Amino acid sequence: MHINVLDQFHNGDSPIHRLDPRVKLLGALAFILTAALTPDGAWLAFVALAVLWLALVLMADVPPGLLLRRGLVALPFAAAAVTVLFTLPGQALLTVHVPVFGWQLTISDAGVVRFVTIMLKSGVSVLMATLLAATTTFPDLLRAMRGIGIPKVLVGTIGFMYRYIFVLVDEVQTMLRARDARSAAGPAGQRAGGTVFWRARIVGGMVGSLFVRSLARSERVYQAMASRGYAGELRWLDKPKVKSMDIVWLAVMVLVLLMIQLWARLVA
Amino acid sequence: MLYSILRSPAAAPQQLHIPDGFLSAPVAILAWLVTIAFMVVAVRRASREFDERLVPLMGVLAAFIFAAQAFNFPVAGGTSGHFLGGALAAILLGPWPALLVMAAVIGLQGLIFQDGGLLAMGANIFVMGIVTVWTGYFAYQALQRINRHVAGFAAGWLSVVLAAVVTAFMLALSGTASLGVVLTAMAGVHMLIGVGEGLITAAALALVRAALPGMFGEQVTGRRSDATTILAGGVMLALVVGIVAVFFASPHPDGLERVAEDTGFLSSAQAAPFQIAPDYVLPGLTNQTLAAVIAIALGTLLLCAVGYGIARALRRRSQRLAEAHEQ
Repeated sequence: MHINVLDQFHNGDSPIHRLDPRVKLLGALAFILTAALTPDGAWLAFVALAVLWLALVLMADVPPGLLLRRGLVALPFAAAAVTVLFTLPGQALLTVHVPVFGWQLTISDAGVVRFVTIMLKSGVSVLMATLLAATTTFPDLLRAMRGIGIPKVLVGTIGFMYRYIFVLVDEVQTMLRARDARSAAGPAGQRAGGTVFWRARIVGGMVGSLFVRSLARSERVYQAMASRGYAGELRWLDKPKVKSMDIVWLAVMVLVLLMIQLWARLVA
Repeated sequence: MLYSILRSPAAAPQQLHIPDGFLSAPVAILAWLVTIAFMVVAVRRASREFDERLVPLMGVLAAFIFAAQAFNFPVAGGTSGHFLGGALAAILLGPWPALLVMAAVIGLQGLIFQDGGLLAMGANIFVMGIVTVWTGYFAYQALQRINRHVAGFAAGWLSVVLAAVVTAFMLALSGTASLGVVLTAMAGVHMLIGVGEGLITAAALALVRAALPGMFGEQVTGRRSDATTILAGGVMLALVVGIVAVFFASPHPDGLERVAEDTGFLSSAQAAPFQIAPDYVLPGLTNQTLAAVIAIALGTLLLCAVGYGIARALRRRSQRLAEAHEQ
């Protein structure tokens, strides 16, 4: 697995790419918080948030289609929100007969408004998070986390984890390939391998041996670090100074978001 | 293709990763505060325990959990069983380091893969880190001296089911779903999904126990505490959950009921989740959501009791076998 699999658009050069990573992280969080606080049915506020997102995307020169596709990841969770269609009190719009159990489900107008609102909130939030991930390199994200006060140990752990994900995912793929080679699927209808219990036990064994290997690897990593002078102190390059341009960016972003929020609550 | 293996929902369905938008701001922020409090303790405890080894050890093991979540095995009907890992991490590393590892995994998934939201990340760490780690740890500690396979299975199963229940409560508190429906659905689905988690956890523990006999049982399970204390703690936890449920259920009764009252349309749908299992509703309780909560809590306790009994029987049998072997 190559690191470029994850870092496809980080090398771009745009005003957004050049922003201080702390500003980007805080800006994205403020955006998502605004979306979460927007009341039900404030459609124009969501349009405004989407336009703001699109403006940032165009400035960052990242293909919006790709971000949209990556943003689909949250979609399956919509199933959890479907229930509000039927359970919120309000004007009945439509009654659905479920053939299986003979249920009658009534969709209320308030339910539809709540459901669509949830999906819009989720949509714009995920899109903002994908934009953040697509314009910020991972080391920059780590620096941003340090910058907003997350403990060194935790940031260091995430940094190490990121490095070794690539190694361990490769090991997982080797193990999965070995399993497939030993219990290859036969013609359709013919079961490969044993019962579900048997399969779970095999996977459990794979997880266990991956743990044993990971433990050994972490010890080797530590020894290699110790032999190069590591004594428990994680050293980071100095935090970069915030440029005045970054502060202007964050201020404008927060101001726009505040205006959207006020507008949604007072006018819309 | 490598990318799709990491990202594909079929390879690693992460039903518990809550995206942004599904939690209301107060719920998300409250979850962040609780999570931060736990993380402060976790960082301190783990730093003291592992000292300078901490970062390389935790980093590689976090990568291990992340990679292990890509493991899957086919179950019937084109679905696949997958692995979350909180209980396993808790048993192998102890609860505080495990919490650190799980938080790192969930943080990275949210930041890079948009698996779970940023504002919702506190809630995700709470559910998939704190809840799974402590459930797995306590369940294993309570049952390990009776039978380690049963203990491993129970730890994995319970951790997933409880995480699903907590997620359901969070969604209901946020007004995203009605408690009765989402609780029944989440708990029901994850009682099945949890079987995979339990089996993998038990099998992985068996392998680690065989491969690293010196390590297992010493550092790994930590202090031995009295099983009765843990059981008492579990009962108290159940009571707290029950009280919280009553507190939140009574001021605004389940949406299902209200719609039924308001529109008069829903008389059959109202009881729908309970018609499948009529025994869910306890007599004498008018609030059906409350009844469902209590029924689920009772069911879990009963299952624990059954598991305990099976484990005791297995242990007696293995003791008899050992005695017969000696003679």
